[in-house]
Amino acid sequence: MLRYIAHRILLAVPIALGVSVVCFSLVYLAPGDPLQTILPSDATADMVAQIKHAYGFDRPLPVQYLLWLGHVLTGDFGASISTRRPVILEVTGALSNTFILTSFAIPLAFIMGYTMGALAGCFPGRVVDRLVTGAAVVGVSLPNYWLGIVLVIVFAVQLMVLPATGMGPKGSAEFSLLRWSDAQYLVLPVITLAMIPVGIIARTTRAAVAEVLNQDFVTTLRAKGLSEFAVIRHVLKNSAPQVLAVMGLQFGYLMGGSILIETVFTWPGSGFMLSKAIINRDIPVLQGTILFLSMIFVATNLVVDLLQSLIDPRIRRS
Amino acid sequence: MSQTATLPIAFDDDAPPALRVRGYWSTVGYRLRHDPVTLCFGAIVLLIVLIAIFAPLLAPFDPYKESVILRLKPFGYRGHPLGTDELGRDLLSRLIYGGRSSLLMGLIPVCIATALGGTLGVIGGFAGRRVNAVIMRTMDVFYAFPSVLLAVAISGAMGGGMANGMAALALVFIPAMCRVAETATAQVRSLDFIEAARATGAGTFTIVRYHVLGNVLGPVFIYASSLVSVSILLASGLSFLGLGVKPPTPDWGLMLSTLRQSIYIVPLSCALPGAAIFVTSICFNLVSDGIRAAMDVRL
Amino acid sequence: MSDVAADTRDIGGPAQPLLIARDLAKHFHVRGAGRSARVRAVDGVSFTLFKGETLGIVGESGCGKSTLARLLLHLLERDAGELIFDGEPVGAPRGITVAALRRHVQMVFQDSYSSLNPRMPVQDSVAFGPFVHGRNKPDARRVARDMLVKVGLNPDLFGPRYPHELSGGQKQRVNIARALAIEPRMVILDEAVSALDKSVEAQVLNLLRALKQQFNLTYLFISHDLNVVRYVSDRVLVMYLGCVVELGPSEDIFIRPLHPYTRALLGSRPSMDPANRIEEPPITGDPPSPIDPPGGCRFHTRCPFAEAVCEQRSPALGAWLERESHVAACHMLDRGSGHSRAAQ
Repeated sequence: MLRYIAHRILLAVPIALGVSVVCFSLVYLAPGDPLQTILPSDATADMVAQIKHAYGFDRPLPVQYLLWLGHVLTGDFGASISTRRPVILEVTGALSNTFILTSFAIPLAFIMGYTMGALAGCFPGRVVDRLVTGAAVVGVSLPNYWLGIVLVIVFAVQLMVLPATGMGPKGSAEFSLLRWSDAQYLVLPVITLAMIPVGIIARTTRAAVAEVLNQDFVTTLRAKGLSEFAVIRHVLKNSAPQVLAVMGLQFGYLMGGSILIETVFTWPGSGFMLSKAIINRDIPVLQGTILFLSMIFVATNLVVDLLQSLIDPRIRRS
Repeated sequence: MSQTATLPIAFDDDAPPALRVRGYWSTVGYRLRHDPVTLCFGAIVLLIVLIAIFAPLLAPFDPYKESVILRLKPFGYRGHPLGTDELGRDLLSRLIYGGRSSLLMGLIPVCIATALGGTLGVIGGFAGRRVNAVIMRTMDVFYAFPSVLLAVAISGAMGGGMANGMAALALVFIPAMCRVAETATAQVRSLDFIEAARATGAGTFTIVRYHVLGNVLGPVFIYASSLVSVSILLASGLSFLGLGVKPPTPDWGLMLSTLRQSIYIVPLSCALPGAAIFVTSICFNLVSDGIRAAMDVRL
Repeated sequence: MSDVAADTRDIGGPAQPLLIARDLAKHFHVRGAGRSARVRAVDGVSFTLFKGETLGIVGESGCGKSTLARLLLHLLERDAGELIFDGEPVGAPRGITVAALRRHVQMVFQDSYSSLNPRMPVQDSVAFGPFVHGRNKPDARRVARDMLVKVGLNPDLFGPRYPHELSGGQKQRVNIARALAIEPRMVILDEAVSALDKSVEAQVLNLLRALKQQFNLTYLFISHDLNVVRYVSDRVLVMYLGCVVELGPSEDIFIRPLHPYTRALLGSRPSMDPANRIEEPPITGDPPSPIDPPGGCRFHTRCPFAEAVCEQRSPALGAWLERESHVAACHMLDRGSGHSRAAQ
């Protein structure tokens, strides 16, 4: 088992390096000289050369990458162009706000998706199944930021029971989950965010449960005289690894999808910061945020893989 | 050699076959024709496409014509059935025109990704271990990004615009497409008929052309059809963030983003472009599900 | 045997064996349990295939029969040994190329379903060979339809069909047509009838026999079904764990088997006579793993007569009895081996 864990972690290292290469090259995708984002507009030729040298832009690309990687590994992501603050501070602050959202949205999404999928899978062809299947199609076809807007229209504009946007009058610094005056700002974004993966989780759970139900051992369990409840318990347990894998992937999509949701609700998280960085063409912030978010995604996938192998010994062997 | 061309053994299967001879694609076609749900949503997709194509004939007003006095008017105001937007442009006309960019950004990236990713996948699935490792490990890196994030990162860095957005979306879909094609190819590759073709003396290219492609096309097409709706959603998301289509071009995602500022004044109009995205996306999704079911022929 | 000399493709003359295999070996590397190991799937196999004969190859599953077949067609690269086709070494600088070999040698696979492209009408599958060998498409299709007639399938009825619309026997006949469409001189039948119903199997075997005469073919017939092998083969080769243990004329092998493994194999056939039932299985256990084959004689772990010498030295394949054509590898046959039964 330890060997397997070590092996999996070793496999994740090249992926993480590859991700860092992609993030590094984002700067070069930007039109024009990457220097333009740092230089003041009235820079002299001498100054340009000086700054070029200081930032290592006159070195060959692989060297530049290694220099950059060295900086990144020591926590130096450069400074934001618009706020002049270090990117690392900006990103970690925003991430903690995103974390508040996701820590509510993920359990909500998983519980809803899994319940719906398990119900549909246990009663294939029945009304429940049709309802869930229909709801799942709606779920995957829904533009989630639009759902957010509709929720704002209904609950904030028409009914006026919940705040539309933001994190409360005091901002993120003094945000407290224990005060309803603050916590109410969470309700709409969390619901919207949770809706992103529900459809796919429900679909996968349904398929996994239905597949397990068709296996011979279920017939054996029934033939042994087990109660239907006990049979279902076995079935759900056997479908868990597959469902878990999808949930792990969806966690990443949820993090990515938060860009749009946070923009709709102007929630000061990493996604909102990303969309601000895009508007301001703040490439260092863009690069730093994306590196952080994708590394979180890589790490989650690793954890899900390991969890899966804990539950299902078959995976370890292959 | 006393044997003549006639066989000494009698086989009893010269009787006319009971079952109708039908090829793979005609089976799929038959199934689709007898699937009312898919047909119905397919008709709506067709309608949406036709509306987008014939937008100049259908739109009651010029979608670009601004008017200061007509800003943010409600439904039915002075012949504007769906009212006007924040610059006084007719909302219905802009919705009709908006389908054009949304459909283009839904279809073109998927086509590019299918061509490039599919080719890479077939190469990866049929070539030796080393080529496969180089291709698939590269794809794994792009797979390690959540799709929205990768699309935003690339088009954000490139500075937005419709072409950049499409390129970014294509890049997002290529790894997944490549995986689908690679898996299908690897599956076919292990079957005996490939070995039989090799034993016949056929070269790799001939085998791929005649024996692999036909078997890989099905899964690839199914997956591509399911990507269209994803692509439409992502594309409008990019436009919503200001990364896809640039103003003043009418686009559903972009309209959603600008009308959102006026959410307290015209809440209903504000929800309309999103509804258009939703309807288009769900129709493509259901048609794709129908195609998947029809093509799932276990031969 | 028919008049082989009439065949213009015959280069070496009727006395030259069609195929000679010398010390063929194929070792697979498997990675597992941390260390890499080698599976000796085929380990030093030599035999001669005469023109116009049918050579049967028998053995338990996993003994390397299919690997051997793939080595002969160069579908797998051999690790050692040499192949001589009609006097010309295969793949050697002055011999014939692999491509040329594949013109002359074809193969019919066990799984009649997966050896046909599911997305291709069967007549196109048959036409593929001639097409690859330079005929244009209509021409290749004409050849294919002729071949379908030869295997007893009406080309109008069956030609445009897809494999899933055919029965197992029909598919296997299509496979035979496919193999014969490029007019090979030798056909390797790798468990070609094993998956068929008994009645269909008999029909296909008769068909193979008729086609062999008609097209001047030489067969290499691989099967685990001893009765079938006896029915079709002129000579039989018995394999155990990648090695040849006995080779001889079919009737000799079946009436007077020399090797204890051959005897065990023959004894394990179900008897048609209930009075003749055996209570004890003649051979027990599974064959040892080919990853670490036992030293000495490979059969000693399961052989009832195994002695010390069997563990130490591997027996040579030799003609121990009066007949030169019947060879076996067992210490009990070699008077000089030191085995206690060898003296008898």
